[in-house]
Amino acid sequence: MKNFLRNVRIIFLKDVRSELRTRYVINSLLMFVLVTISIIRFAIGDEKIEDEILTGLLWISIFFSASGGLARTFVKEEEKETSSALKLSASPTEIFVGKLFFNLVLTFILNFLILILFILITEYNIKNPLLFISVLSLGNIGLVAASTIIAAIISKANSKGTLYPVLSFPVLLPLLLTVINATKLASAGINSAEIMGEIRILVSYTVVVITVSVMLFPFVWED
Amino acid sequence: MKSLTVISENLTKKYSGKTIFAELNFNLSYGQSAVIVGRNGSGKSTLMKIVSGLISPTAGRMRFLRDDNELDREFVRTSMGFVSPYLNLYDELTALENLRFFSGLKSGKDNSDDEKLKSHLQFVGLYERRNDEVKAYSSGMKQKLKIAFSLLNEPELLLLDEPRSNLDRDGISIIEKIAEGQKEKGVLIIATNDEDDLKLCEMKINIEEHKK
Repeated sequence: MKNFLRNVRIIFLKDVRSELRTRYVINSLLMFVLVTISIIRFAIGDEKIEDEILTGLLWISIFFSASGGLARTFVKEEEKETSSALKLSASPTEIFVGKLFFNLVLTFILNFLILILFILITEYNIKNPLLFISVLSLGNIGLVAASTIIAAIISKANSKGTLYPVLSFPVLLPLLLTVINATKLASAGINSAEIMGEIRILVSYTVVVITVSVMLFPFVWED
Repeated sequence: MKSLTVISENLTKKYSGKTIFAELNFNLSYGQSAVIVGRNGSGKSTLMKIVSGLISPTAGRMRFLRDDNELDREFVRTSMGFVSPYLNLYDELTALENLRFFSGLKSGKDNSDDEKLKSHLQFVGLYERRNDEVKAYSSGMKQKLKIAFSLLNEPELLLLDEPRSNLDRDGISIIEKIAEGQKEKGVLIIATNDEDDLKLCEMKINIEEHKK
C-alpha cells in the first residue's frame, strides 16, 4: 500500500511538472474558458437571465472545458510514445490513480476560475454557497472519474479527437442530469436535506465509475 | 539470483488474420544471450514487445522462472531493461529527472539514489547535459538516454531492440560493453540486423523460420 501511494504521488508530480513545462493542456483550456465565458456574456447582453438557465450554461462551460483537457491525459502518452516506458515501470492501477489525481486538481482549478468569471459576468445568485460548492465538487469528481477512463479508451483509437464526445455523452448523461438539477436547487437556496437524493446519486455514480475504471483500466492500458 | 530462466512457449502473433510468427520457442538461462534476426517488418520488434510484456501474443506465452518458481509481472517492472525505437522518454523533463522518475517507480524506495543515476549518465556520456531537457537532445543522445533508462535497477533481463540506432562510435562501444557485462548479470536478447551484433550473442533466432 505504501509503495502504491508513493508511485501514485510520483506519477502525479511528474504530470504536474510536465504540464507546467509544456502547458500542453492549461493554455488551451484557459483560452477555451475565456472564449466560452465571453460568448455567454455577449449572448446575454443586458438581459436578466433566470438562475435555472444560468445553471445550465455553467455546466455547459464546465463540461466542454473539462472535455477539452481531460481527453488529452493518455493521448499525449500514446502520441509521444512514452506510454511503453511508463507501462514497464508502474502498475496500471498506479498509473490510473496518478492520472486521476492530476485531472482532479486540474479540473478543480479550472472550475474555480470558470465559477468566478461566471458569477462576475452573469450576476449568478447562489443562495446556499456551502451546498452549492459541495454539489459542484461532487459533480466534478464524477466528471473527472468518467472522463479519465474514457480518455484512456480513446488514446488507443485512431480517431481520437472525435471519439471523446461520442463516448462520454452516454456515460456522463446520468451524472449531468443529476448534477445540473442539484446545482439549480442549491443555488436556489434549498437546504441540504431536500437534495439528499441527488447527493446520494452523485456519490454512488462516482464510486461505481472509479471502481469499474480501476478494474477495466489494465485491459485498456495493456494491449 | 543466478537462476533466471526466460522461456518462450509456442509464441504466435497474428495481426488482422496475418501470421507474423508462429510457434516460436526458445529457452534462455542465466548467462545466455540471443540475437533475433529477420528482414524489416518480419516481427522482431513485435517479438521483443511480447517478451517485455508490452503486448500479448495471439497464442502461447512467455514465462520467467527463478529456482523453478514462476515470476509475475512485477519481475518485468523491477528487473527488466528495454531499449526500443518505440519507447521514448519525456521530452519536457531533463535526463536526470527522467531517470529519477522511472527509478523512483521501479525501485520502491522513497529517495532516488542520485549518485547512481549520475553514474549511469556518466557511463553513457550524458553527464554534462544531465540538466538539459530531452527535447534539446539529438537522436543519438536520446538513444543513449534510453540505454541509461534500461540499466536502472541493474536488470536481470536486458532487451535491446536495434540498439545501435543513431549512435556514434562511443555509443556503439557502450552497447558492446553493456552486452558483454549483461552475460555475467543475467539474460540478454538483442533484435537486430547489424552483423556486429550477431557476434555479441551465442544463440540466433531467425524469425523468418517461424512463419507459417
